Amino acid sequence: MLSYAIKRILGAIPTLLIIITLVFFMMRIAPGGPFDAQRHLPPEIENNIKAAYHLDQPIWKQYGLYMANLAHGDLGPSFKNHDFSVNELIADGLPVSAKLGFSAIILSIVFGITLGTIAALNQNDVVDHGVMGLAMIGITVPSFVTAPILALVFGIYGLHLFGIDIFLPAGGWNGGALQNMILPVIVLALPQIAIIARLVRGSMVEVLRSNYVRTARAKGLPNYVVVYRHALREALLPVVSYLGPAIAGLLTGSLIVETIFGIPGIGRYFVEGAINRDYTLVMGVVIYYAAFVIVLNLIADILYAAMDPRVRFQ
Amino acid sequence: MSAAGLTSRNTETIERALDVKGRSLWVDARRRMMRNRAAVVSVVLLTTIALVAIFVPMVWPYSYQQIDYSNILCAPGWWPDRSVSCFAGGYHIFGTEQNGRDLFIRVLYGARISLAVGLVATLVSLLIGVGYGAIAGFIGGKLDELMMRFVDVLYSLPYIFLVIILMVVFNQNFFLLFVAIGAVEWLTMARIVRGQTLSIKEKEFVEAARAAGLSPLKTIRQHIGPNILGPVVVYVTLTSPTVILSESFRSVLGLGIREPLTSWGVLISDGAAHLETAPWMLIFPAAIMAITLFCFNFIGDGLRDALDPKDR
Repeated sequence: MLSYAIKRILGAIPTLLIIITLVFFMMRIAPGGPFDAQRHLPPEIENNIKAAYHLDQPIWKQYGLYMANLAHGDLGPSFKNHDFSVNELIADGLPVSAKLGFSAIILSIVFGITLGTIAALNQNDVVDHGVMGLAMIGITVPSFVTAPILALVFGIYGLHLFGIDIFLPAGGWNGGALQNMILPVIVLALPQIAIIARLVRGSMVEVLRSNYVRTARAKGLPNYVVVYRHALREALLPVVSYLGPAIAGLLTGSLIVETIFGIPGIGRYFVEGAINRDYTLVMGVVIYYAAFVIVLNLIADILYAAMDPRVRFQ
Repeated sequence: MSAAGLTSRNTETIERALDVKGRSLWVDARRRMMRNRAAVVSVVLLTTIALVAIFVPMVWPYSYQQIDYSNILCAPGWWPDRSVSCFAGGYHIFGTEQNGRDLFIRVLYGARISLAVGLVATLVSLLIGVGYGAIAGFIGGKLDELMMRFVDVLYSLPYIFLVIILMVVFNQNFFLLFVAIGAVEWLTMARIVRGQTLSIKEKEFVEAARAAGLSPLKTIRQHIGPNILGPVVVYVTLTSPTVILSESFRSVLGLGIREPLTSWGVLISDGAAHLETAPWMLIFPAAIMAITLFCFNFIGDGLRDALDPKDR
């Protein structure tokens, strides 16, 4: 297993290099530069600024310079957030994004599996149709619709439940306080809950029909033992292999959620960076995200093999 | 039984067999599809939305860019909440937005853009994905490995980032942008087609075609093509909503289509900004978009059930 993991990590390095190269040149090809939007500068000052960021060099030299710095773990200075290096900005935003994403993935897994299992156990009755209908809504209604609606309901009108007014902040981060996290995490998790619930229901329905489950029932095992110990274990396999795409989905969602709720994570840096042509910042965020996705895919694969003895490491 | 009798019985069987009309996969599939109520309703709804989006703007009394400062953020006349600040008269059946423009016509223009994005980008992804996947799967070996490795590389790049960067690259050119989105979306298609091709390639009828001396290109077109059509059709209906979503996504982030043109994403994010005072600005575009996405999903599910040979 260790050699498999090492092989996969080594295989990820060229992948990462190709991604970095691709994004580097795509950003430079894009019309407009990071210093275009500012008021018109005298040409000598503009040249000085360009020289300071090595933008006056030929593009392949810029690329070489960037890669050399990257090898030292230096992502360069941000072009737009003066006096900040990209490393500092990412170090600033990453804990925020990570906290948000991690909470959302836990929430999606717990709720997705629970709802999917409940639906499968009540196959084709009201509960099943209700859960699957909700899941369909969760998949089709995008996060940029649910976010403002939830913000309106909880942040502005407040929800009156059992005589208690529930108010949640409609935006801001506030150092990651619980009440600030609830809405963004829910918005982020909803589509993933829906997808995971559908996956679990599908595989659970099939597993419940299989021979070994029938055997377990025939032995007279109580229903919950059959479900938890026998059926769930196999029914969860598709969820494990979905974890990679799920995390990619969460990252995508975090762009929107961070922008709408005004959360200072790295997703927001990416959007701002792309609009402002902040080359280094965009590169830095993409490198982080790509590395993240690669590592998590690897973990998901290893987990999958550990859970399913039929899969052998190759 | 005499030999002559046997022959005549055989002939009879053959004639009877010839009388039975063969049912192709597609005839069967259409029958199963017609039995799926959700899918049929979705086809009708989606066609209606598309037709309305194409033809109604030609006769609608307002244009999508006609600004009216006397009618800003006004509710449609039939709005149940009578406490809103103003009601737009006339034919503003969806009310008006922050510049006094008619929301209904803008939703229709959004539909045009979104459906066009879905169509063009999906077609591009179809062309690239099917070609790429079929070649990789059919030739196999080292080339296949290399080609699929490249797909893996692109896969691990969070796709939305690529789209956003492409968006920046093709800032001014809307058509190229569609093509660019399609060029990003083809990966899954290529994987599906390659997998199918790999398994079909080993079947006897392909071997027979090869033995008969058919050229590889003709083999792909005549024997492999029709057999991978099922999954491809299903995937096409599932790609369109993804593309539509991703277009709106970028619009929400401020990287979408430029004023005065509009898309559902732009309308929804404008609506979100005025949610407190003018909820109709969010509700209508969001509802129409959700219905469209629902329809695509139901059609995709219906097609999958209809074309899945496992159930035959």
